[in-house]
Amino acid sequence: MIRTSTRQVVFHRHAWKSAKRTLCSGAEAKSPGASIEQGTADKQRSESNLPVHDVAIVGGGMVGMALACSLAKMPLTNHLNVAIIDSNPALQSGQSIKKEDPPDPRVSTVTPATKALFKDVGAWKYVEENRHAYFDKMQVWDYTGLGYTRYHAKDVNKEVLGCVVENKVLHKSLLSCLQDSGSQHKLYPLRLSSMNLEPASASSSRGSLAKLELSDGNSLYAKLVVGADGSKSRVKELAGISSTGWKYSQNAIICTVEHMEENRCAWQRFLPNGPKFALLPVGDKFSNIVWTMDPEESLNRKSMSDVDFVREVNRALDNGYGPRPKSQSFGGASVFSWLTTKTAVSANDCFEIPPKITKLASERMVFPLSLKHANSYATKRVVLIGDAAHTVHPLAGQGVNMGFGDAFSLSNVLAEGIAVGSDIGEVSLLRRYELDRKPVNLTMMAILDGFQKAYSADFGPFNVLRAAAFQGAQHLSPLKRNIISYASGEHRFPLFS
Amino acid sequence: MMSKHILARLRPLTRPACRSSQPANYTTHEFHHKLQSRRYSDSPLPSPAAPAPTPPPSAKIYSKSSLNEAELKKFAAISETWWDAEGPFKPLHVMNPTRLAFIRSMLCRHFGKDPSCSRPFEGLKFVDVGCGGGILSEPLARMGAHVTGVDAVEKNIKIAQLHAKNWWKSRGNLMLYLHLRCTPDCLHAIQVIEHVADPADFCKSLSALTESGGATLISTINRSMRAYATAIVVAEYVLRWLPAGTHDWSSFLTPEELVLILQRASISVQEMAGFVYNPLTGRWSLSDDIGVNFIAYGTKNHE
Repeated sequence: MIRTSTRQVVFHRHAWKSAKRTLCSGAEAKSPGASIEQGTADKQRSESNLPVHDVAIVGGGMVGMALACSLAKMPLTNHLNVAIIDSNPALQSGQSIKKEDPPDPRVSTVTPATKALFKDVGAWKYVEENRHAYFDKMQVWDYTGLGYTRYHAKDVNKEVLGCVVENKVLHKSLLSCLQDSGSQHKLYPLRLSSMNLEPASASSSRGSLAKLELSDGNSLYAKLVVGADGSKSRVKELAGISSTGWKYSQNAIICTVEHMEENRCAWQRFLPNGPKFALLPVGDKFSNIVWTMDPEESLNRKSMSDVDFVREVNRALDNGYGPRPKSQSFGGASVFSWLTTKTAVSANDCFEIPPKITKLASERMVFPLSLKHANSYATKRVVLIGDAAHTVHPLAGQGVNMGFGDAFSLSNVLAEGIAVGSDIGEVSLLRRYELDRKPVNLTMMAILDGFQKAYSADFGPFNVLRAAAFQGAQHLSPLKRNIISYASGEHRFPLFS
Repeated sequence: MMSKHILARLRPLTRPACRSSQPANYTTHEFHHKLQSRRYSDSPLPSPAAPAPTPPPSAKIYSKSSLNEAELKKFAAISETWWDAEGPFKPLHVMNPTRLAFIRSMLCRHFGKDPSCSRPFEGLKFVDVGCGGGILSEPLARMGAHVTGVDAVEKNIKIAQLHAKNWWKSRGNLMLYLHLRCTPDCLHAIQVIEHVADPADFCKSLSALTESGGATLISTINRSMRAYATAIVVAEYVLRWLPAGTHDWSSFLTPEELVLILQRASISVQEMAGFVYNPLTGRWSLSDDIGVNFIAYGTKNHE
């Protein structure tokens, strides 16, 4: 409050001084010097009327809001004046989630590490008020029927492997958390049209700030611009940051389906020549399907009737493409028992038959898949987080978890910077965030891409190798524990932590 | 007692200076005015910054001055590059956050401020002696302090003013500051004492400015073989982080010498820490190793 009044007082003084200058010059004979001074004074006056924010988050999606929440909750950063630029109407408060609606097909798997971050900022309690589904088992197998792997949370002495939550629930929880924090933030329900990072002339009082122009012609200044605007990031484009990556020749179909029994397991089956089928529980008797396939097949399957689609789904999940793997339960005389010190609980699990899908419960949505990674996450006054920095294949449910990791890491780095009085837009500070997140993100992306390629080829020796990999993961308990810990976000790097 | 004696001796020397040059009174008034309106980034300066005051003509009659002309020339030559994070001052920029972390924790404890607050030094007055381009002064101002930067090289002050635009910097040596009658809560002399003509006298001047109980922070390089190898041979000739000849090994002080000099100037050193560089990560960190770079935090003895 005091701060705004001081600013207003200064504005008035500044305006008065500028007015005084123009009056003085107007009294003399009209000369080019006088009019230039008047023009500069006018420009200065109008420029100094533009709002100045500390942080401008472009993109108010899940990751952008996670950053805003985190900044609002930490004592070192909660004084920051944050602007959120997003034209999505879901951000206007007053839109509540109707619990009787069927689950939205857009869901995310929240790893335990992300859940811990949410709990730190106090947003998890809002998630728990809405539909969410914990799962403690996961079964992965392929069409050849040569092997399968079952993971259980008890292998790593945990209760759950993850939690599947609708994106709109995550988003609304973060929004509620931000609104409750009482920090200074302002929503601009507009799009970003352009950005000026060059320092203005020395006479301008807003020398080295970034100037953002919005779609309605208004502008604002910010010390730091955060690009959280997704894989087609406008901020990345305007900042001139290039990326590396390639398109996967695959689309993903997502939808919600209903089945007879409750489901507390995540199912993933690799199909011939690339497609992957995943079934994730979302709560009650609903589950979410993420089915990646060739673009022509995806268009085909999107347009077929519901009944046909459900039949295709059951084929993909269970009775089509190949046999079911035989249950491997060696009991006490396990071949690998001399290697392992302590066998994981799930090592002796039998292959479980997946649930039969009865009905389609939502529309089918299709998305193209690609891999993209920004060559650098930060330049002066600009930083990228979430999908703007990296886009991955959805096969392991890691994409948004990497994004949340980025958001919380960036807020920690900003807090450290503010503690020592740094300018939050300084490249050296933002590079620390990049150094923290880039290796972790790149490793995960490499692994996911490796899996994607490994399961794309239907070739005899590869199939055997893959089967061996399944067997290995199923029976080598230390390896299994490592895989689970890494996928849960507990370790930043596989194998070495 | 000693500080008052020095002040009494020096005041007659400063008085004719401030009476003879007209702008001095205006400067004092301007200075106080600027002190009140100086909040980093909250408000633009209402008017363009007044020009730096010229030093009193009688500066030359002082028998002792801490200024070392050769050192001043060295720094004047590279003034424009102060804020170039990749330029000759890169090591200072890289080391800055670590140094600020130490300063922050010492001063929060000294003044009893909450370290988790984003502006813990609100309402405190600091003086940064030998501020250069303002690399230390700006972050301290962002932490809430009213900072005055003092530097003997005028170009440095201009660079600092251009970069900060939000606070006042005065030129000249410490003696000029005396008649402004603004006792700082804390004095910072970071990487300065190895460039002055007479360190003992410099410390006495610093001490004269603070009140008893005031804090002083001095950082410099140890006069050790390791420091010769790293700060001079490696930094100046091998890695070329600094221009050759920036530091003169014989003007470095050992921690014991610094403590002794400060004690003679009635400042007792409370804490000392060293900075070590990790070449693998490229980061500086605080440590107990005062073999090369070190920083000392002291308080003025109560009289």
